[in-house]
Amino acid sequence: MSLHSTTPQFKDNAHHALHDAQLQKALGNVRNNFVERRASAAARLPEFDALRDSARAIKDHVLAHLDLYLERYEAQVVAQGGKVHFARSAQEACDEIVAICKAHGAKSVTKGKSMVSEEIGLNAAIEAAGMEAVETDLGEYIIQLRGETPSHIIAPAVHLNKEQVEEDFRRVHTHLPIDRDLTQPETLLSEARGILRAKFLGADIGITGANFLVAETGSSIIVTNEGNGDLTQILPRVHIVVASLEKIVPTLDDAAQIMRVLARSATGQDMTVYSTISTGPRRPGDVDGPEHYHVVLVDNGRSRMIGSEFEEMLRCIRCGACMNHCPVYHAVGGHAYGWVYPGPMGAVLTPSLIGVEEGGQLPNASTFCGRCESVCPVHIPLPKLMRHWREREFERHLNPALQRYGLRLWAFIARHELVYRLLTAIAMPILAWLGRKSGRFSHLPLAGGWTQYRDMPAPQGKTFQEQWRAKGGRCS
Amino acid sequence: MDQSPVRALNFSHGSVMTETPPSFVPPPDEAANRPGPETRPVFCAIAWLAQAGQSGPCFTGGYALPASKPRVGLLVTCLVDLFRPSIGFAAVHLLEEAGCEVIVPAQTCCGQPAYNSGDRADAKSLALQVMQSFASCDYVVAPSGSCGGMLAKHYPDLFADEPDLHATAIAFGAKCHELVSFLTDVMKITRVDAHYPHTVTYHDSCSGLRELGIEAQPRQLLNSVQGLTLVELAQADVCCGFGGTFAVKYGEISDAIVTHKVAQASQAQAEVLLAGDLGCLMNMAGKLARQGSAMEVRHIAEVLAGMTQAPAIAAAPERAR
Repeated sequence: MSLHSTTPQFKDNAHHALHDAQLQKALGNVRNNFVERRASAAARLPEFDALRDSARAIKDHVLAHLDLYLERYEAQVVAQGGKVHFARSAQEACDEIVAICKAHGAKSVTKGKSMVSEEIGLNAAIEAAGMEAVETDLGEYIIQLRGETPSHIIAPAVHLNKEQVEEDFRRVHTHLPIDRDLTQPETLLSEARGILRAKFLGADIGITGANFLVAETGSSIIVTNEGNGDLTQILPRVHIVVASLEKIVPTLDDAAQIMRVLARSATGQDMTVYSTISTGPRRPGDVDGPEHYHVVLVDNGRSRMIGSEFEEMLRCIRCGACMNHCPVYHAVGGHAYGWVYPGPMGAVLTPSLIGVEEGGQLPNASTFCGRCESVCPVHIPLPKLMRHWREREFERHLNPALQRYGLRLWAFIARHELVYRLLTAIAMPILAWLGRKSGRFSHLPLAGGWTQYRDMPAPQGKTFQEQWRAKGGRCS
Repeated sequence: MDQSPVRALNFSHGSVMTETPPSFVPPPDEAANRPGPETRPVFCAIAWLAQAGQSGPCFTGGYALPASKPRVGLLVTCLVDLFRPSIGFAAVHLLEEAGCEVIVPAQTCCGQPAYNSGDRADAKSLALQVMQSFASCDYVVAPSGSCGGMLAKHYPDLFADEPDLHATAIAFGAKCHELVSFLTDVMKITRVDAHYPHTVTYHDSCSGLRELGIEAQPRQLLNSVQGLTLVELAQADVCCGFGGTFAVKYGEISDAIVTHKVAQASQAQAEVLLAGDLGCLMNMAGKLARQGSAMEVRHIAEVLAGMTQAPAIAAAPERAR
């Protein structure tokens, strides 16, 4: 049931993205706005870096004792009157959720924003079971109308402009007056709010993700800016939390600690507008809340990462700072990555979850510029983890043969200094002579990936080492 | 005393100055068990005798010995070795003017392409080769943040599972530096005596910036060049799209990134674009050349050394500035 990927076609996807003028314009906002806002939020908080260290320590502690905290969390959820379902795979998770929906005779399901529900293909599963699933986060609602997937983990519709949204609203909301004004973001928002209000009130089931699952209390926490999560989980009879198992934190204090770096890293806000804690179903005397409370904990490949060189990826708190700062993401946007998670975190997580055979393009499509790691609130060494995927691919001969043999040939030459010396003493003066007029080449055999787009500077002539030795320079 | 062949090249350029006379500070791993030359004349004499045949530090006679010159192995980097030796000679000049004794052990490649392509075995054998070739050096200096970072940060990672070699790699890494930060942070150079009457802008190459923290050092030295006006490049910390084999494997994406970078360089209203890594420079120069731009691209060492006779990167000979 897991979402189908086009990750193996990453290069084609990227090609189309690079030639999509509208997308390129939209990506300019990511490049500028997110980066500036995060920098200024971080600068406003002197202890920001100390909090990052603390957030890392909390997540590392949890990963080292995950079994303990999962059991504690489950016991607390049960004590509060809820139920926890452990799902090993995407299929199991969807089956569990559909079964809960059916058991309650549901017809309509509202959803808060949840990346793991995208990962497991939940909307398709709910619809296949004959129920309606309505995304209530504005960005998610828009892309649902378009039949798209999120292009960013916190800003799912960041690839769109307001004219496109207007077009979609007019196409779908046909019961509304044709001459209504939809040219302003406010009018678009107001229309979506009106439509969604009815959906909230009519829903049988509300499904939310979780930013944190608190072992101490059995609570789940979501952070949002629209309040849609609150309406999703309070109004329907049944609230289902779907979350991946690494969302566990030991205590409410720990969650609060991480929340201080989460919003700042994500949107540059000090705090999101809503931080909502839900703990079990409605208790006697509660003014609102669901009658039934379920948690579906999704593994879907994560437990395999524990103890592997990719374990650190499980610290991820899904802030999106890595993609906001990534030159490759800025160039091609999120859809080119071809599955659920884009950007540097996606480049590590995708092969971990769907296999390196399918996801192997992504960890290669990085310049290793390290900007992602430098802004990661939990210090995930993303370039290092991408490099580990490249190692796995190299070991298993998954990378293209030409590239492989080219690299091995270079390594052979480099391991034999005399061969290197001899070959370069012949090659560089020839190349220098060939490029002597313009100082560069506009075509070079075997370097088409370079010269198709830019010139290759010509070498100056004899190698440095040859000149150094000729001048009697000291070598030892 | 100085038979350095580079001095014999007789480039017309100035000298490097320091706030205080440069004195040899041993690398951290050696500092603990190595007596300082000034305080332990007997040890120093032994050390001097041991080195006498090679370098011959100035012996002033009598009792006191001057501080010996740090013995710096120049890891010229394969790109500089093959494509732009003038950067190597500029590096030698800067190091010698800063008071170093420069040697250039036979070398090929630091192993970074293999390492970043997942070929750990070849990366390890090349790392061992480099560590062996440069074993006798007090410092290893590269005119590149990316190769410098490979030696200083990634060699230790490469041998993380091999206790003996891990310790060796950590000790080796501790004496490895990128050129400009070595001049400022280790040799305590605060200004250079070069003349370059041009408006320049500087791109922070990623590895140098984020792995080695090189940001203020190049700007400090550039600002000391006579006649030079430094204008900041917008988003100078954003990658140029080179990324080693990335530029070829994902040429189209790399092109989009470098197009953005050179557009910002053009907006900076500078005549010359500088950086500290030849890979990035070739990428940006190649793009500017393809666009027909008049902007020159050079390695920062050429400007700091006052050695800008060679045509700029990707420029025809007559365009030399």
